[in-house]
Amino acid sequence: MFDDAIAAVEGALAAGAAYADARVVVRKKETISVQNQAVESIDRTEQAGVGVRALVGSSWGFFATADPSFARRAGERAAEIAIASSIVAGPPMEFADVAVVDDIYETPHEENPFGVSQSEKVDLLVGVTKTMQDVEGIAIATGNLTFYDTEKWFVSSQGHRIQQHLVESGGGMDATALGENESQRRSYPQSFGQYETGGYEVIRGWDFPSNAQRIAEEAAALLTADELEEQEMDLILEGSQLALQIHESVGHAIELDRILGWEAAFAGTSHLELEKLGSFQFGSPLMNITADATLSGALGTFGYDDEGTAAQSVDITKEGVWVGVLSGRDSAAIAGLPPGGMVRGDGYGRLPMVRMTNVGLLPGNSSLEEIIADTKNGVYMATNRSWSIDDKRLNFQFGTEIAWEVKDGKLRKMLKNPTYTGIGPQFWQSLDRLAGGDEWVHWGTPNCGKGQPMQVAHTGHSAAPARFKDVRVGVHG
Amino acid sequence: MSDLLAAKILELVRDRSEAEVLTSEGISSLTRFANSFIHQNVGEHVEAVSLRVAVDGRVASGKTTRTDDEALARFVEETLETARRQPVDEDWPGLTDPVEISPVDHFDEATADASPSVRAGLVRTFVDEGAGLLAAGYCETEGETHTFMNTAGQQATGRATSAILDGIHRTSTSAGTGHAASTAIGDLDASAVGALAAQRARDSEKTFDAKPDSYEVVLAPDAVGSIAVFLAFYGFNAKAYEEGQSFAEIGTDQFDSSFQLWDDATDPRARGVAFDSEGTPKAKLDLVKDGTTSGLAHDRRTAKKVGVESTGHGFPGSETFGPAPFNLFIGPGSATEVDLIAGVERGIYVSTFHYSRVLDPKPLVVTGLTRNGTFMIENGKITGAVSNLRFTQSFIEALADGNITGIGGNERFADSEFGAGVVHAPSMSLASWHFTGGAEG
Repeated sequence: MFDDAIAAVEGALAAGAAYADARVVVRKKETISVQNQAVESIDRTEQAGVGVRALVGSSWGFFATADPSFARRAGERAAEIAIASSIVAGPPMEFADVAVVDDIYETPHEENPFGVSQSEKVDLLVGVTKTMQDVEGIAIATGNLTFYDTEKWFVSSQGHRIQQHLVESGGGMDATALGENESQRRSYPQSFGQYETGGYEVIRGWDFPSNAQRIAEEAAALLTADELEEQEMDLILEGSQLALQIHESVGHAIELDRILGWEAAFAGTSHLELEKLGSFQFGSPLMNITADATLSGALGTFGYDDEGTAAQSVDITKEGVWVGVLSGRDSAAIAGLPPGGMVRGDGYGRLPMVRMTNVGLLPGNSSLEEIIADTKNGVYMATNRSWSIDDKRLNFQFGTEIAWEVKDGKLRKMLKNPTYTGIGPQFWQSLDRLAGGDEWVHWGTPNCGKGQPMQVAHTGHSAAPARFKDVRVGVHG
Repeated sequence: MSDLLAAKILELVRDRSEAEVLTSEGISSLTRFANSFIHQNVGEHVEAVSLRVAVDGRVASGKTTRTDDEALARFVEETLETARRQPVDEDWPGLTDPVEISPVDHFDEATADASPSVRAGLVRTFVDEGAGLLAAGYCETEGETHTFMNTAGQQATGRATSAILDGIHRTSTSAGTGHAASTAIGDLDASAVGALAAQRARDSEKTFDAKPDSYEVVLAPDAVGSIAVFLAFYGFNAKAYEEGQSFAEIGTDQFDSSFQLWDDATDPRARGVAFDSEGTPKAKLDLVKDGTTSGLAHDRRTAKKVGVESTGHGFPGSETFGPAPFNLFIGPGSATEVDLIAGVERGIYVSTFHYSRVLDPKPLVVTGLTRNGTFMIENGKITGAVSNLRFTQSFIEALADGNITGIGGNERFADSEFGAGVVHAPSMSLASWHFTGGAEG
């Protein structure tokens, strides 16, 4: 497969590129969806091709094809596209140096998910949807599993030769109860499922069957629960909801391409300004965030990014002070920072761009039980239901599937349709209690959209339950 | 190429299974710019195959981009073997019988053949309309041929092109947006799109914070487009309806009588081909007629469940998401935007919405933000720019009887939360829209 990538790079260089890189990607995906004990969809996808990037003058061009015999021509097309870019050319391109590497990497995994029989997978999902359906009031019970096996061969005109094999597994289940003009849903392990790098042991580890009845009962009970009223109070977030909070209000805000304005028209920019790197108080002293692509088992883990830069851990906030960004070779050079190895493309057909790796909040020394016991008047919210944030990543509003009132150190009544809203740095500065230990989980986000044409990335966000003071909750239409 | 590939796959399946195959082949290109220069410029030769088989009612599907003989043979065998291992699908609706497809051809040679230089030229024009401002956005061209074949004898081939120019101009404190889409690149007026974006950016350079509250609103086509796609994908989706998760009540006056919404892939202004992923022909489908909910988008599976015919809204993935319309039209009125603004005593003009998400699916309560040009209207005139606002609003209530106070005659391909080229929408004025916060606190 290296040969196709080499042909693509040679084609780009022959057509005038000063630099070129190419990656051949073969990605297999299996998805199984079951609803109410019936298989709704079982689908196997194989996507294979080569994508090549060419730098001519100060401009990039990229071309992709599924036809390996077209690889050299794809490189030439990439260079032609780069030349056309000069009609609206930018400033001279800088490109930070990285070590030229010849290496092989594979994500740790124990049980090949594609080797596990489909009947075992279907039986699991049929079984848990039956358990959920058997709970009175449940109208819809669904379960799904998705597995990825990705092989990549990366070549650059600087001499990189990197082969990688990434194995990812994930899935989830949810129960929906229908009431008068409302529906209530509970999911497990989290909304959209939990995804990690690893094999079928990931699915076994989350033990769907033992949690099916509980979430179904919670969904049914939500129909008669009170609604959370609008007010300011202490907010305790369950780990997976905090993971999404990190993703949206920190992870995207620290993307250097956003900060530099490269995403201004679509995803947006960032409230963060480079002049404040190292001094801006993003959050409380408990806010220690890293972008760590080396975490075993986390979804945003790999050996090398799609520019050939080695995976690494970068400090993002230290004791609440903003100290780091997500970057690639070109964006880091502009900012005068070392490249972070955070540039990835979706499959073979998309231009690599700055993406989150595992942007996570390092654990604290408390526990959910202790945090609740220490809360006089608050609310505990779990499992994301909706998310929305502005184009500077400041104003967010999240809804969760479920909440419980917290009074005098104890969980009290269940609450439905919970929401909370705030402004990023104010919210993070109100972080005052943080759990850790085995409540610190590498949550995975398999559906991070960015770029035009749209790209979907798999990112990780380690988090444990945490408390935030005086948050506006219960916003409804 | 596309039809030969489809035929080859059915030959590999032979008579071992019911089978349907959809192939796509073409070129997709996108030129992206930011800080007033092209920074990402990409192209892709697209060739893809989707196959669904039913072996004695046991169903499986697969997709591949590998089209050499050996890979295709393996792909077909693996898909058949996967199906054989499944339980019988009691809801399998069978294949589409041979039926005629509308001979629409949403295709433009100049768009299919558009070079990187042509796209860069449009970008140049857009950028130049905002002297002194920072421009960002994209110009995309696509040209693809799609072929459907099944073992029941249904065959259809169609080709389609698409051209989009979308961008913003920015000052240090504001941004304004412009958007155009068509099946033909020659229809894109880059100068007008750029000029509108620049004007909106300059007009909103100095903003004040409006107090979150309920306001009358005038929504530009791109904001109306987002409302339409939420209605269509979450409400007029027959799977959501059959599961009891849709707001739709067929035959009920759920909207203002001035509101018309339909889907029509055969309209000359639409994009795409005139058949769906199951080979069912597309035709005009009324979703809301004179304010009355009148139709649902079906694929074969949802149609079979309730004993009706598919409306041709299946797509790969509709088994789980449900069928959805992608060629939406909102009935225009006759007002100009100036007329709509003149009818507002105190309200907000919204150019676009951003990051809208459903909070509660049945009443379709959605939260999101305004973006790229938000203005205060007082006594029938725009009196200044306001900072972006967050809204939390039931889209059904917003369009309910008496709440639509005006509809523009300026319908066009609008941008939307779910992308461009999906909906034709005009501007619209509404009696009340619930803003729940300022974007920056």
